[in-house]
Amino acid sequence: MNVRRIDLSSNEEFLFTDENKDLASREVAKYPEGRQASAIIAVLWIAQKQNNGWLSESAISHVSNFLNMQKIRTLEIATFYTMFNLSPVGKYHIQLCGTTPCMLCGAESLKKVLNNEIGEVGSLTKDNLLSWVEVECLGACCNAPMVQINDYYYEDLDETSFKKIIKDLKSGKEIKTGSYKGRLTSEPSKDPIILLDDEIEKINIKRIKPGLK
Amino acid sequence: MQDTKLIIDEKEYMVNSELTVIQALEDIGIEIPRFCFHEKLSIAGNCRMCLIEVVGAPKPAASCHLGVRDLRPGPNGEPPKINTKSQVAKKAQKGAMEFLLANHPLDCPICDQGGECDLQDQAMKYGTDKTRFSENKRAVENKDIGPLVKTVMTRCIHCTRCVRFSTEVAGVSELGATGRGEDMEITTYLEKAMDSELQGNVIDLCPVGALTSKPYEFKARSWELTKTESIDVMDGLGANIRIDSKGSEVMRILPRFNDDINEEWISDKARFIWDGLKAQRLDRPYIRINNKLREVSWSEAIDAVIEKVNETAPQKIGCISGDMSTAEEMYSMKKLMDNIGSGNYDCRQDSSKLSIDYGRASYIFNPTVNGIEEADGIVIIGSNPRIESPVLNARIRKRWLTGNLKVSLIGEESDLTYPYNFIGNNPNLINDAKKIGLDGCKKIIWLVGESVISRDDGLPILSKVVEHALNSGSISDDWNGLSILHTAASRVAGLDIGFVPSVDSLSAGDMSNGGETDLLFLLGADEIEISKGTYVVYVGSHGDIGANRADIILPGSCYTEKNGFYVNTEGRLQEINRAVFPPGKAKDDWSILKLISDKLNKPLDFIDIHSLRKIMFHDCPNLLSFQLVDDQYHVNLKKLASTKGVILDNSLDIKIKDFYMTNPIARASKVMANCSIQKSKKQ
Repeated sequence: MNVRRIDLSSNEEFLFTDENKDLASREVAKYPEGRQASAIIAVLWIAQKQNNGWLSESAISHVSNFLNMQKIRTLEIATFYTMFNLSPVGKYHIQLCGTTPCMLCGAESLKKVLNNEIGEVGSLTKDNLLSWVEVECLGACCNAPMVQINDYYYEDLDETSFKKIIKDLKSGKEIKTGSYKGRLTSEPSKDPIILLDDEIEKINIKRIKPGLK
Repeated sequence: MQDTKLIIDEKEYMVNSELTVIQALEDIGIEIPRFCFHEKLSIAGNCRMCLIEVVGAPKPAASCHLGVRDLRPGPNGEPPKINTKSQVAKKAQKGAMEFLLANHPLDCPICDQGGECDLQDQAMKYGTDKTRFSENKRAVENKDIGPLVKTVMTRCIHCTRCVRFSTEVAGVSELGATGRGEDMEITTYLEKAMDSELQGNVIDLCPVGALTSKPYEFKARSWELTKTESIDVMDGLGANIRIDSKGSEVMRILPRFNDDINEEWISDKARFIWDGLKAQRLDRPYIRINNKLREVSWSEAIDAVIEKVNETAPQKIGCISGDMSTAEEMYSMKKLMDNIGSGNYDCRQDSSKLSIDYGRASYIFNPTVNGIEEADGIVIIGSNPRIESPVLNARIRKRWLTGNLKVSLIGEESDLTYPYNFIGNNPNLINDAKKIGLDGCKKIIWLVGESVISRDDGLPILSKVVEHALNSGSISDDWNGLSILHTAASRVAGLDIGFVPSVDSLSAGDMSNGGETDLLFLLGADEIEISKGTYVVYVGSHGDIGANRADIILPGSCYTEKNGFYVNTEGRLQEINRAVFPPGKAKDDWSILKLISDKLNKPLDFIDIHSLRKIMFHDCPNLLSFQLVDDQYHVNLKKLASTKGVILDNSLDIKIKDFYMTNPIARASKVMANCSIQKSKKQ
């Protein structure tokens, strides 16, 4: 992690769309009267979604006014959580998991791909299509290595499959979410290696064959 | 208060069970190191310096966050045991200190906090002498948060006292902690300048050198300063201050603890005014000849005054005293005028309508500052306490934070740092008690500002307020809710002394309009315009409005340069002490007046300040009596309530437009000028 500051280069004014305003109001309504500030994270998230994946100064001001909070309080939240981006991100924002399990399973080679295709960590392509950051564990260790692109997980990657994903993203093709090794969610990737004796038959557990859909 | 038995360091003690452990330990004289804990702020518990051992607990506990009530008795019902000096406690404190120092720069030699730094002191007592941290220390960018507070953010240990102060006490949430972990930074939103009138207090609160005073930057070391206890005269509150001086210069001003008045806060004007004490000073007498001021000697100047007094009829001689005069000066002046044979003297240069006819209760802040915490309703009439007395405003906010306080405001709408029910900006609204809407409140404070009382219809408004106060039961035997918020430090003393004209004499307003007086003494009066044709003798310290108009200037001394008494808005007598000597040929104001009286052959009957005080207190016993109002105050206030007058229809404007520019010292101060510019930029 490093010091996070708001990108002040954009002057675009941020205002909630009517739809998002309703969404945000619904979040606020979850809390008692006068405690509207409790909805801050949800409301900031809605603002980030509307603002192409990042929070501008104007967005933070708008959310502060919306929740009747001091701006510094909103800024504290926005800088605390790394899920809030404080500078522009690409249309596809890639979050590469670099924590131990993913790293052991080959996250480093994915990083190389990103370095070649997009650039240094935190960079954004000139066409504003792709950007990437390295994040801590995203909780999909069974399917390591993995990346999150916008809202979805792409798992069991290797250099080739990941390169193809990026190529598809660039050419605007739709990409498949989930495992790239043909696994169903996080089922065992190989044949069973334990509980192999006959006893297992007696307790009547059905084995699921790998790759079964 | 309930007492609980505790075993602390193998000894039994009875402690107040409502306290936290750190407070209980402090009560019995055991010092626990701390950075984030502060009595007047909420508890954060993030510095971990106050760790102690609670016997039976699996790990050390933060004593600031641990209530005495939370401690559990031992297995056989014996009192809870805590250890503050055991191996466990010591190791925990040492560890916390090591973590704090890991990222703290070793720049004490160039740090302004050096010598009065909590981290420095506690590292000596609780820390180790070597470091095991061989990595690079973190560095943080400095923030520009205004002309008063200098930041060196690398030194910050994230105690968040400043954040809590600005949010809780000052009531302007402008500081915050952004980022997290190693990247946590204390900053304002996008490094905007701070807005609060109490921001200087974060300098005192900061336990390290992260927030220091910008004007005092690299000026002096704390151990080479002479400390003089004194009183602030920037507003009517009379906050307790300590003046730190080096040689003949005032280097800085700090607050002194006084829970009855200012707790431990002072306003920025009180704290940073000191550079104005050195600028624009009148350090020798002047006489205006051919419309040009010419330096003269004291004897020439005094002779010129005598000549003028002798050739003027006594009833054509007048005197107006200023907002920062001591009681002694005003008393000497009054005596001098009496000896000359003139009754034209007035301490109300803003043409305030307060008078001594209705007793002391009619012109002081009767409920007292401490009493604010008992009140359940406050009606603010034509005042902006945030500007007129920021520390008192912080007290109202403190009361508001505890809940069940109704505040109504008639007057100019502005951000007071607490919500209020805005009734309107028209004095006639006072006529309708229902609109004020404080039904059910038992202890109401009727806070009336100077701006109201100095209006032409000041007296009718005041009388109406007293009428409501009487009707609502807020003037009774155990509660007197009538509160005049004075902005002039000298005003209450002036009224106590009787520095006001009798019926057939001239008031300040009359004297300033030409023709009525031929010779006018201005005793540090700078907020009043004197029309042409009057010969003006100015006794004061700064070359400001008064001195500009003057024909003879007699250089006096500032509040840091003399001994004297002030009476604050609640009627409390407080003493100022001389920290440095007045510059050049300037003298104590009372001794100038004594000199004039001697030369006039109408000598004042005292020889030094002690005999002056003796006579003064004998003549004006009111001065000595804090809070004490005569037994007849009910009757007097009823008399005041029964005076009828017409209340005008124009809006109640606050007289003080610029918080930073209210007196000659402030107008001479560069720092105050910078603050003023900063503020006007924001608006």
